[in-house]
Amino acid sequence: MNEGFMEGLEEPMGGKSVLNYCRYVYKNITPTYSDKHNGASLMNQRTKILVLSSTLVVGVILAAFSYTQSSRQQSLVLATTTSTYDSGLLDYIIPVFERRDSVKVNILSKGTGESIEIVKRGDADVVLVHSRRLEEQFVADGYGVHRVGVMYNDFIIIGPSSDPAAIAGGSNAKVAFEQIAKAGAEGKAVFVSRADRSGTNMLELSIWDTLGLHPSDKNSAWYVEAAAGMAAVLRMANEKNAYTLTDRATWLSFRSQLPDLTVLVEKDQILLNPYGLIPINPEKYPQRNFKKAVALAKFMISEEGQRLIESFRKENETLFHPLARDFQLAHKLGFPDQEYEVAWYDSQEVELSFVGKMALSSIVNHEIALKGKFELFSFESHS
Amino acid sequence: MNLILEGIVKAFWLIVSFDREVYEIMFLSLRVSGIAVLIGSLLGVPSGATIGLKEFFGKRFLVSIVNTFMGLPPVVVGLLVYLLLSTSGPLGAFQLLYTPEAMIMAQLIMVIPIVMGVTISSVSSIGKAIREKALSLGATNWQITLKVLKEARLGILTALIVSFGAAISEVGAVMIVGGNIRWATRVLTTAIVFETELGEFGLAIALGLILLLLAFVINWALTYLQWSGLRR
Repeated sequence: MNEGFMEGLEEPMGGKSVLNYCRYVYKNITPTYSDKHNGASLMNQRTKILVLSSTLVVGVILAAFSYTQSSRQQSLVLATTTSTYDSGLLDYIIPVFERRDSVKVNILSKGTGESIEIVKRGDADVVLVHSRRLEEQFVADGYGVHRVGVMYNDFIIIGPSSDPAAIAGGSNAKVAFEQIAKAGAEGKAVFVSRADRSGTNMLELSIWDTLGLHPSDKNSAWYVEAAAGMAAVLRMANEKNAYTLTDRATWLSFRSQLPDLTVLVEKDQILLNPYGLIPINPEKYPQRNFKKAVALAKFMISEEGQRLIESFRKENETLFHPLARDFQLAHKLGFPDQEYEVAWYDSQEVELSFVGKMALSSIVNHEIALKGKFELFSFESHS
Repeated sequence: MNLILEGIVKAFWLIVSFDREVYEIMFLSLRVSGIAVLIGSLLGVPSGATIGLKEFFGKRFLVSIVNTFMGLPPVVVGLLVYLLLSTSGPLGAFQLLYTPEAMIMAQLIMVIPIVMGVTISSVSSIGKAIREKALSLGATNWQITLKVLKEARLGILTALIVSFGAAISEVGAVMIVGGNIRWATRVLTTAIVFETELGEFGLAIALGLILLLLAFVINWALTYLQWSGLRR
């Protein structure tokens, strides 16, 4: 036992100021002349090092904390599908938006169903998803407003080149599904389902539904429910020599890693895959960043945003096609109010970053800018 | 086999070329788990020492609860913290979901029982002898506690090693409450899951190696401390 341990520590004197604390530490911990001549000095030296190093550690951590606090600029949480994120599209266009609007976009890459649930709980500001039924339900329930079509691509049925279900070359998804089910029942084919309520999964289930088949109801060996993202399911299909339904963007992004798979069925009308963007309803969750959600939508459907989407290529193929300003196509793909919503977004004034503001004030006269800002606070829908 | 070799080569390159993203992910991992262990030990060591030294009614029951919580599954903690921090949850007003702070909270809940449990056992094993000696020398309660903690430092260091290892290698909770957001809440473990899904095995292996390396360096440092403590 150390001899010095029983020595009474002097209480910090009266006040609680930092100065007093320092005096206290100095008095009690710094070795005095007499200390050096008895056994206590070694222990005091050690205690001093301990106190100093722990102070340092605490200081560093407090600094890290305050850094994270101060660096938190305006941010926006975008809940989206794995297809838009894993394919690299969002990493391609979102930084442009972030720089221009000086906002940090945090992207959650989940399935359509999960993304919508996240916004329903008020944990994200905007969704970019692909399932008409879930989207319309989301708006009808009052959680989202101003649903607008942004882009589209298409789904394809892929499978092993050996094609045991003999569906290659077809352009009818229902027929192909029926044949896969038949071959599956005979033990010749396997189908991997996302099984995660993603947009892809919703479409797949609706196709089984129209065929009167419900493979997920019972434990069938040929129907594998993966509960995973698109990229993971593609990989699984490749390993298992299985069929699956995928969006073309994810397929093109990962094709080089999937040597055993090939496109078997494509270009069916029901396989078109439109993406809708829906900001959260500000009346339901006023604490969310509705303003920036609108700014993001405005950017995505602007001429510039649409051009950027179209220019995103993998292996020389366009992955997503612009949809926002092709009203006829938008109507056909399930956006009946497209022109109204686009007009509404176009009429919204966006709060620009400092640099943007300087540019604006040098061009237009101040009154117009103020008026524009005022309009920003009256979110009136067209209806 | 080819994939693994390629991965290791890529791992080496990412580490020596100071790849910005890899290092940011690494520092976030260190920060989240480090802060969780620090706060966890600030809370867990004193409370564990108190429980270990004091005799009171229901002590055994309390200790078994603490020991049960030492094995708390991370995903359950993640779910709990998610529901607490969600905008529609009780702490929603703070808007902490999908931030590093939320991840620290989740790991803190995991870490506290570990620190408490190990502290209780190491303090109670040496507490009695020291307490009697100190009492006979006229020490106050506070001085006894400090002295016992000092003598139990090996056990407390073990608590730090174990809880840091559990925190930095945990994936379920940080995935749920952090959301694996690039440049914001992506840590080593969630990045490994994500990159494996994308088939970026090189990056996944690199991150795995870095995780191992970090765990090794920190454990080595703590073990060194422990052993030099033994020699005193």
